[in-house]
Amino acid sequence: MTINEIQDTIIGEFSLFGDWMEKYEYIIELGKSLPLIDPAYKDEAHLIHGCQSQVWLHGEEEDGRIQFTADSDAVITKGIIALLIRVLNAQPATEIAHADLYFIDRIGLKEHLSPTRANGLASMVKQMKYDAIALNGKTKAS
Amino acid sequence: MAFREEIAVRSENRFDLESIRADFPILDRMVRGNPLVYLDNGASSQKPLQVIEAITEYYLGTHANVHRGVHTLSQEATDAFERARRTSQSFLNAGSAEEVIFTSGTTEAINLVANSFGLRFLGEGDEVLISGMEHHANIVPWQMICARTGATLNIIPVEDDGTISLEKYASLLTERTRIVSVVHVSNTLGTINPVGQMIRMAHERGIPVLLDGAQAVPHMKIDVRALDADFYVTSGHKMLGPTGTGLLYGKMEWLHKMEPYQGGGEMIERVTFEKTTYAPPPFKFEAGTPNIAGFIGLEAAMQYIQRIGYDAMRMQEEKILQYATERLSGIKGVRLIGTAPEKVSVISFIVDGAHPFDVGTILDQQGIAVRTGHHCTQPLMDRYCIPGTVRASFAFYNTIEEAEKLATSLERAISMLVA
Ligand SMILES: Cc1ncc(COP(=O)(O)O)c(C=O)c1O
Repeated sequence: MTINEIQDTIIGEFSLFGDWMEKYEYIIELGKSLPLIDPAYKDEAHLIHGCQSQVWLHGEEEDGRIQFTADSDAVITKGIIALLIRVLNAQPATEIAHADLYFIDRIGLKEHLSPTRANGLASMVKQMKYDAIALNGKTKAS
Repeated sequence: MAFREEIAVRSENRFDLESIRADFPILDRMVRGNPLVYLDNGASSQKPLQVIEAITEYYLGTHANVHRGVHTLSQEATDAFERARRTSQSFLNAGSAEEVIFTSGTTEAINLVANSFGLRFLGEGDEVLISGMEHHANIVPWQMICARTGATLNIIPVEDDGTISLEKYASLLTERTRIVSVVHVSNTLGTINPVGQMIRMAHERGIPVLLDGAQAVPHMKIDVRALDADFYVTSGHKMLGPTGTGLLYGKMEWLHKMEPYQGGGEMIERVTFEKTTYAPPPFKFEAGTPNIAGFIGLEAAMQYIQRIGYDAMRMQEEKILQYATERLSGIKGVRLIGTAPEKVSVISFIVDGAHPFDVGTILDQQGIAVRTGHHCTQPLMDRYCIPGTVRASFAFYNTIEEAEKLATSLERAISMLVA
């Protein structure tokens, strides 16, 4: 599926929930089931700045597509990362770099986050795009 | 005991919670589909109509710059502004109105003292003594002035229950201690420090003491002369007043010895390009046009508190604190941080297996406003080896029902967050 197809699927899923407590329940479940990151990547170099809770993100390139793993000490943050990874994982690097992540607004996530969390979300998206561009550059250069 | 009961009876007669809540229209707000439960009073209190109206009326009918014009409005504005200073004086029981300096808040007040006192009295090898539970506002200004003057910053350690040991405090008062600057009531733990004794012990050695009263004034009657504090600072916005207002009480003997910290209009006696002489206190510490409307609002806030009475406020807050403490400590996985015997109505806690931000987010979804994080006391968080806490801080306008709502919403949050 393309990035936008996945986004549309998520928007559809979220429209089925009654209220935001249910949506948070779902985000928390996603957070709990986020695949573990290799502990070696939970270091300063992989820490995303601008998040109040700690978030580590690692990207790897495989055939021009980017694989992300991540972790956080806060489970809601992990759930949000899980959503981002679901949308961007294994997509071509250039698609990631240019992706318009409209699902964040459409599911109402942004308005339901505190400003600090919203900033953190923006930092996460930015870092995923940076990683994609950087990793893409690497393959081309080699 | 009999005395307490007597107060209870007397206060209950006067204390009409419903009419008090009607003075705070914001409390009727809905948040995310739920009635707002505002338990972040430690960060900033809500404002009663009386304060809002005082500010509005001032702007509608009286506003002009103060201490300047001969015209009527300026005179009226000056009178109102200086009346607010006299109200602040009696509110804190300062010896004279000139000992009350208007600042933008606690932070500016501490920066003022750190600079004006520090540059005059601190030198290489001197010591400043603060505690391990200080707000960053009572750490960073001292660090900055210590770096400039070569003085050292010493720290009174915090005990496990969130108190200060007077023995350890005594051992840190040395020949070289030039000032003690401690928090009267901890914003994170709620601890009421034994400041009367601490001041006496410092004074025995001739050391002046600054008290950070940002979290004390909203809850208890402050008598700076009975305390014998050398400096007492607080923020208006935590005590029903507007943002951008703060009080700095300083004993006149110190204020005379201190140099101004900022220069500009309003603070001078005579300016030439060669030399400027300063106005006497308080004006020499109030450069520039002050927050006139703010202090008129703050006066209304102080009058509101005086009308309700600290006894009655305290009674309601104690009831809620006791209820919430029992209720929350009975919830599995909840650990209270700060269990001093002498506390104001602040409860900090952590939940096993859940990040404070996550707990705060799920509480917010249920309409409950609490503070999460380090509460500008990072060294204190390090002391307890935690990233932060969830803090519920209650005001006299909160209810037992709201405390119960916090508890049930917390139970729901825990069931969602902790697998
Ligand atoms: C104990 C204490 N000191 C200082 C401050 C700083 O107050 P302000 O931000 O109003 O200057 C606060 C406010 O959070 C506080 O709780």
